[in-house]
Amino acid sequence: MKSTGIVTGIIANLVTVEVKGHVSQNEICHIDLDGTKLMAEVIKVSGKNAFVQVYESTRGLKKGNTVEFEGHMLEVMLGPGLLSSSYDGLQNNLETMEGVFLKRGEYTSPLDHDKIWNFTPSAKVGDKVYASDWLGEVKEGWLPHKIMVPFSFREEYTVKTIAAEGEYKIDDTIAVLTDQSGEDHIVTMVQKWPVKVAIGGYIEKPRPYRIMETGVRCMDTLNPIAEGGTGFIPGPFGCGKTVLQHAIAQQGDAEVIVMAACGERANEVVEIFTEFPELIDPHTGRKLMERTTIICNTSNMPVAAREASVYTAMTICEYYRAMGMKVLLLADSTSRWAQALREMSNRMEELPGADAFPVDLSAIISNFYARAGITRLRNGKTGSVTFIGTVSPAGGNLKEPVTESTKKAARCFYGLAQARADKKRYPAVDPIDSYSKYLEYPEIISYLEERVDKDWVNKVNKAKNIIRRGKEVAEQINILGDDGVPISYHEQYWKSELIDFIILQQDAFDPIDSVTPMERQEFMLTLVLQVCDTQFHFETFEDCNKHYKELINIMKQMNYSEYKGEQFNKYLGQLTKILGNDK
Amino acid sequence: MTSKAFQRIYTQLEAITKATISLKAQGVSNDELATVAGRLAQVVKIKGDLVTLQVFSGTEGIPTDAEVIFFGEPPALNVSDDLAGRFFNAYGDPIDNGPAVEGERRYIGGPSVNPYKRKQPSQLIPTGIAGIDLNNTLVSGQKIPFFADPDQPYNQVMAQVALRADVDKIILGGMGLSNDDYLYFKQEFESAGALNKIISFVNTTDQPPVERLLIPDMALTAAEYFAVDKNEKVLVLLTDMTLYADALCIVSNRMDQIPSKDSMPGSLYSDLAKIYEKAVQLPDGGSITIIAVTTLNDGDITHAIPDNTGYITEGQLFLRQDTDTGKVIIDPFRSLSRLKQLVIGKQTREDHNQVMNTAVRLYADAANAKTKLENGFDLSDYDLRCLDYAKEYSTRLLAIDVNISINEMLDTAWELFGKYFSKAETGIKDALIEKYWKAN
Repeated sequence: MKSTGIVTGIIANLVTVEVKGHVSQNEICHIDLDGTKLMAEVIKVSGKNAFVQVYESTRGLKKGNTVEFEGHMLEVMLGPGLLSSSYDGLQNNLETMEGVFLKRGEYTSPLDHDKIWNFTPSAKVGDKVYASDWLGEVKEGWLPHKIMVPFSFREEYTVKTIAAEGEYKIDDTIAVLTDQSGEDHIVTMVQKWPVKVAIGGYIEKPRPYRIMETGVRCMDTLNPIAEGGTGFIPGPFGCGKTVLQHAIAQQGDAEVIVMAACGERANEVVEIFTEFPELIDPHTGRKLMERTTIICNTSNMPVAAREASVYTAMTICEYYRAMGMKVLLLADSTSRWAQALREMSNRMEELPGADAFPVDLSAIISNFYARAGITRLRNGKTGSVTFIGTVSPAGGNLKEPVTESTKKAARCFYGLAQARADKKRYPAVDPIDSYSKYLEYPEIISYLEERVDKDWVNKVNKAKNIIRRGKEVAEQINILGDDGVPISYHEQYWKSELIDFIILQQDAFDPIDSVTPMERQEFMLTLVLQVCDTQFHFETFEDCNKHYKELINIMKQMNYSEYKGEQFNKYLGQLTKILGNDK
Repeated sequence: MTSKAFQRIYTQLEAITKATISLKAQGVSNDELATVAGRLAQVVKIKGDLVTLQVFSGTEGIPTDAEVIFFGEPPALNVSDDLAGRFFNAYGDPIDNGPAVEGERRYIGGPSVNPYKRKQPSQLIPTGIAGIDLNNTLVSGQKIPFFADPDQPYNQVMAQVALRADVDKIILGGMGLSNDDYLYFKQEFESAGALNKIISFVNTTDQPPVERLLIPDMALTAAEYFAVDKNEKVLVLLTDMTLYADALCIVSNRMDQIPSKDSMPGSLYSDLAKIYEKAVQLPDGGSITIIAVTTLNDGDITHAIPDNTGYITEGQLFLRQDTDTGKVIIDPFRSLSRLKQLVIGKQTREDHNQVMNTAVRLYADAANAKTKLENGFDLSDYDLRCLDYAKEYSTRLLAIDVNISINEMLDTAWELFGKYFSKAETGIKDALIEKYWKAN
């Protein structure tokens, strides 16, 4: 029997409910407002009173409205059909909603219950199975979508029956499993899972040991993110956070991409809706939308659902990870999620932490980032969830609670600098402040040495050092004037400019320059370092500037040309000639 | 707001603060309106039988036996074509001595558009001001604020933009307008003969600040009527959003909420987003474009109000006093229209993008030359030409008193390039140079 209750108090979207019966923390309930059911979540219980945050506008709600508790936490529906879908933060299908406006209390099913899927079994009668073991698969577009033993199954089961190859709907029985006490359990293609609980069912979560390519040079070359790793991109408005995230979403070397638009502009999501069905995935040649799921809770949608949206997105990622998929989660922006937490904490009159954020903000963020990772499945295969979040620091100041808490949790930091954006040096990732902890992992170092270049990490560190020295001498030149410093200072400065223009800056709107595969990145970095190692002799600083500007121009043309194509080789020839002449 | 039958009336207040009153009442719904001793108020908190109301015009002089009448509905506006040409206060009551508007009663602050049903903005809105059309082109369905110091003529610029823009309706939401500025808008609209397409909701400085909180929702409810029901292109002007945020701050403070950055409420981002995100390109051709004003404190954009605004809006237009020419210009460095690439070169001439970037780059070179001059270094011939170019660029293109077509702006830019620079110095693609270069 479901518990019920009545509304006794309302402040904005925090509602107090007097409960008859049991209620649990984070349980979902529905408030009946003249026939419209408003979904809400219990966030605090005190005596007979449950405090619930309503995922919708509470306008018109009255004391005495009835409430029905559902007996479970906020869940998502997992099954074939998730891919290429567009959901709101509570996993309502946005495409199947009626009308132009979002109607309060209108909930749509995430999956199509009438669609026919072609099922191929892989388990056999008599097999011993555990939660998340594969029973068979259906083709979800190109993706072999595994039908798994539900994650909520806790013990060892024996397959009693399994459906033969054929056509089924998601609610049809796919298998009957018998537990150890002899009771039968029906398995369909759908299962539900509470979003705030991490999906388990894997054997271990090893340290990340491979790189996930993004085609963005300032990430892959200088500060690579590991597959199953975590990273974050903080930056003031107007620095290109969204362009960078979209670039990663378009080019990232992942099989499934989940984009969580969390409290951001609706027109940015419209851009994805408009362009992703047209754009081509550079790795497979398929349409980008075929590997993408969008979770969209834009800034004007209910605040409480904003918090849920990132969890919904993560749970879908973990589901595909359990199928052995390489999944990438992009969340824009986690600051909006933190602000949603702040609004609730404020209404509950909790004692505030820094900047009025809840005191456990840091723990909540760490907990969420910890759900990413590479996992070894029971069948020996691996799956991964790589997570990159953006942070929108207030006033562009990185010393604020969300940035600081995220810095503790994420292993890669891609700080966007206002100064670089002002100079139109995009992507505006600051090469000095940004870091990737993965470059210190012995597994990653040996992976890079094996796959990319036997001396790769040393080269990367050398390039970083040139940039750092370049910044130091630039300050000297600014203070003392062009004539006031030795010519070698100018040389050092221009070497760092060379790396900046050729490696760091990248034209996100040029079809060739926007995607740089790792092989090409290796070639260009080696070439740039070779130029930096070449000794030139200049009489005046003007000669030095002119010389390097010419080199930059030639190598920039290379970046715009097809790799090792005719044009590329022509520019390479010009470059070699200059380098040879000056020896 | 008119009285209705079956109203519930109470006369026993339990508590009075500066902005709120509390009383025991039955059957009250959240967000419902009421009058307290004749002043409009809204339900903001219900705890058991105790109901707290926010009194918009303040609680000065309210007695404990004040009459409280509940309306049974949230704030609403009667919408119909009769709204056109009218002036209203924050409650949607006429202030132009005209009759009350008959029409469908709609609650303000309604639901959001399903993002999946939106269309990508794609219609250019020309304004005649080169600092906008050339460098920061506006697109229908966009939301963009002017960032300006209080002494700058932002209301004049906005009135100009509105009257020149090719739209079906202009809706003015005036928050904390000085009476002079209110009369200025009224006179500008009247003398332009455009009154029949303008609707104004105005709260002036002599009215209580908390009333302002209703203005954007009133204006946008009217906007949604024309954009959604009538498929019209609607331009909404909101001035000044900083004063709106200040009113939010007052209310949250009196409700004992914990302030976050710059003593603003923690929900500032969501509160502002709810307004700005009403800007939309609808599938059936209607659109809502929002141009707002956010006044700055001495150009400080890190303050919570402009900062949160910048994260929400699709760019910003910076007004600056150019000391070299004495003109107010639209700063090409700090201004940005995020949607401009959707129309530049597509609905404008092919050379737009290159001309825009080159002109700004040369202006940046001029800024460097100026720094060199100030630091006492020698200027090269190029530096001197840049400085001369900058003056003319500022006067003939960036200044807000310019009013020419986009093609004329492009031609003017080519003329300046030809006057001060060599073809190579502009670095423009050869194909365009051949077609458009104007030798001096």
